[in-house]
Amino acid sequence: MAKKGMTVLARKKVVVAMSGGVDSSTALALLVEQGYECIGVSMQLWDYSKKNDSSGATGGSCCTLDDIHDARRVAESLGVPFYVVNVEEAFSKEVVDYFVSSYLSGATPNPCIKCNQILKFEVLLKKALGLEADFLATGHYARIEDAPWGKKLVQGVDHSKDQSYFLFTMTQPQLERVLFPVGALTKKEVRERARALGLRTSEKAESQEICFVEEPSYADFLSTRINLPSGDIVDQRGRVLGAHKGLFNYTIGQRKGLNLSGGPFYVLDIDTINNRLVVGPQELLYSNGLIAGEVNWINPEARETAKESLTGVTAKIRYRHHGAPCKVAILPDGRIKAEFIEPEKAVAPGQAVVIYRDDEVLGGGWIECALK
Amino acid sequence: MNRIYFDHNATTPVLDEVFDAMVPFLKDQWGNPSSIHWAGRGTRKAVEDARESVSALLNCTPIELIFTSSGTEGDNHAIKGLAYAQKNKGNHIITTKVEHPAVLSTCKHLQKEGFEVTYLDVDKDGLISLDELKAAITPKTILISVMYANNETGVLFPIKEIGQIAKEKGVAFHTDAVQAAGKIKIDVADLNVDLMTISGHKLYAPKGVGALFIKRGTRLVPLVHGGHQERNRRGGTENVAGIVAMGKASGIAIRDMEKETEHLKTLKERLEKGMTERVPHIKINGHPDKRLPNTANISFEFVEGESLLLNLDMKGIAASSGSACTSGSLEPSHVLVSMGLTHELSHGSVRFSLGKSNTVQEIDYLLEIMPPIVERMRSMSPLYAGAK
Repeated sequence: MAKKGMTVLARKKVVVAMSGGVDSSTALALLVEQGYECIGVSMQLWDYSKKNDSSGATGGSCCTLDDIHDARRVAESLGVPFYVVNVEEAFSKEVVDYFVSSYLSGATPNPCIKCNQILKFEVLLKKALGLEADFLATGHYARIEDAPWGKKLVQGVDHSKDQSYFLFTMTQPQLERVLFPVGALTKKEVRERARALGLRTSEKAESQEICFVEEPSYADFLSTRINLPSGDIVDQRGRVLGAHKGLFNYTIGQRKGLNLSGGPFYVLDIDTINNRLVVGPQELLYSNGLIAGEVNWINPEARETAKESLTGVTAKIRYRHHGAPCKVAILPDGRIKAEFIEPEKAVAPGQAVVIYRDDEVLGGGWIECALK
Repeated sequence: MNRIYFDHNATTPVLDEVFDAMVPFLKDQWGNPSSIHWAGRGTRKAVEDARESVSALLNCTPIELIFTSSGTEGDNHAIKGLAYAQKNKGNHIITTKVEHPAVLSTCKHLQKEGFEVTYLDVDKDGLISLDELKAAITPKTILISVMYANNETGVLFPIKEIGQIAKEKGVAFHTDAVQAAGKIKIDVADLNVDLMTISGHKLYAPKGVGALFIKRGTRLVPLVHGGHQERNRRGGTENVAGIVAMGKASGIAIRDMEKETEHLKTLKERLEKGMTERVPHIKINGHPDKRLPNTANISFEFVEGESLLLNLDMKGIAASSGSACTSGSLEPSHVLVSMGLTHELSHGSVRFSLGKSNTVQEIDYLLEIMPPIVERMRSMSPLYAGAK
């Protein structure tokens, strides 16, 4: 509130998406410090109470009732209004159903990208704008910077925590309305700031697993929803080597848990049509490139170049991947073909490929197949 | 910023008179009402005076009333207590789909213990069919639990008729009257009710106190075992200050009821009429007449109720949508869904529940700021663009 006699400046209003973790807590604290008018919001994504109606314990790792409680307490300690919005329905449809159906089609899904794309930057952003906010902020380790052609998406300063891979679907209108306050800090600095501010989440462990999976593993979760019969494990030539326990238990490149004699064997292909798991030696796991669909280009100059051939770029084919040097070309139907300079191991359909030049995200897409 | 409170079905402010009445029992009069000495005698008298006041609100005798900690405890005590006491007679309970979670969750819990529960449907006005109720009763039925007034829509259920049916069939009848008590005249002597739950903080007393009417002769297994308090029905040293407050609040409710009802009706009608005139594509939920005088539940098509509430909160107006759950998040209303509202309409509902201190000016302020908020939210909705 402006004091009497002062010029009243309209403060920019920001809705801060709070997961209850240290990153979004610190993001809120930083924005408050910078003078923004903040509103904390947590999304209730998943009804944990359906399973744990007497124990109250939850096995998920973020956005649980305990996390929402933490988020609320942080917002209260900073004097910021806090709301919980219920987005269970959208989450169940857009993230959980997608996760399950990906496995049914033999792909390896990435639910975190879908959650960002739809829950945070569509549903929540719309809610924020509905509250007359100027921006939506999240605790992602990534940066948004000005470019001659608009806003560019850049890796977080702390490359070991960088989350730009999860953000490749962002559009220009979204980038204009989103803030990543911790993207310019390292995780260590974030914890230090949180500690210095006395935020209750300063020492909170990071979430790692898929948040809605309370079962010991994702396969246990899937087995409660889908029933995929067991079948044969075969080699490249179709010779039966053993039996698999339902195809959703496996991912491309997996070695453990196959229970085969000889080897070592690696999962090369998940053949849902014949209900077979194809395995082989490690050298057959390498591919020379990939095709990806549902492409989103953030940098329009890169898109122009890729109509011919975009060189000097790297492709991350999963989160925490080192990034494979490659060249990228747009196919006539809009999909992209990435050709690796050196063969790359374990390209998994269903994962995202994100194209970088140095630390800038140029664009990305969803991997459809590997090119051997 | 103006602060306007339109959420009296969630809770009410403590009246000054009520606060003044309870203060001595937080300070000088701290004795245990069960003590025989001078320190306890004063508090014992205060508790029994309060019991008389509250029993006057329901027109029961004081010995038919026990004090509880909340409406939820009262519902639990009534339903579990009766089910356990009559489990040798039968295992079937009848309730409705639109009860408060205090009733629904208790019934669900009993199902896990082997009881069978019939959840009656409601029609588009939010009312049950008495024929369906009759048809649902079996020789195993031991309890009917139907709310007096619905917390979300204010719809009033035909308690007297239900009580008559229950009496004819020899089945016990409980009603959750948490939303009705203090707002409308209640007469248990006329109703054939065996058990009735009420709560202090819905009638201008503080949180943490409620009462349960247990008709003389009704056997209940206690929920809280302990000392001899509340004539062995509920253990635990009495919440004297809360009980005194509830007694005072009940007295005020009786004293002011006629005037209040008129006041609330006027405001509610102004709100509903004004909103209908100023905002297109809305629906007022619940039976047109059989409703509490203070509750207006309105669905705004093409808008999420949640977004409206947050926008209203930013303008200083407190309202609500559905029932608040533990996280403070908003669930799609099971009440409106049961009434057959489309998904869209049940998501777009806002409950305005009025109270003593609300004024015509406050209603007019709401009517002034609501249309632009709804219009702005609708302009962001692709569905609205299609419907225009």
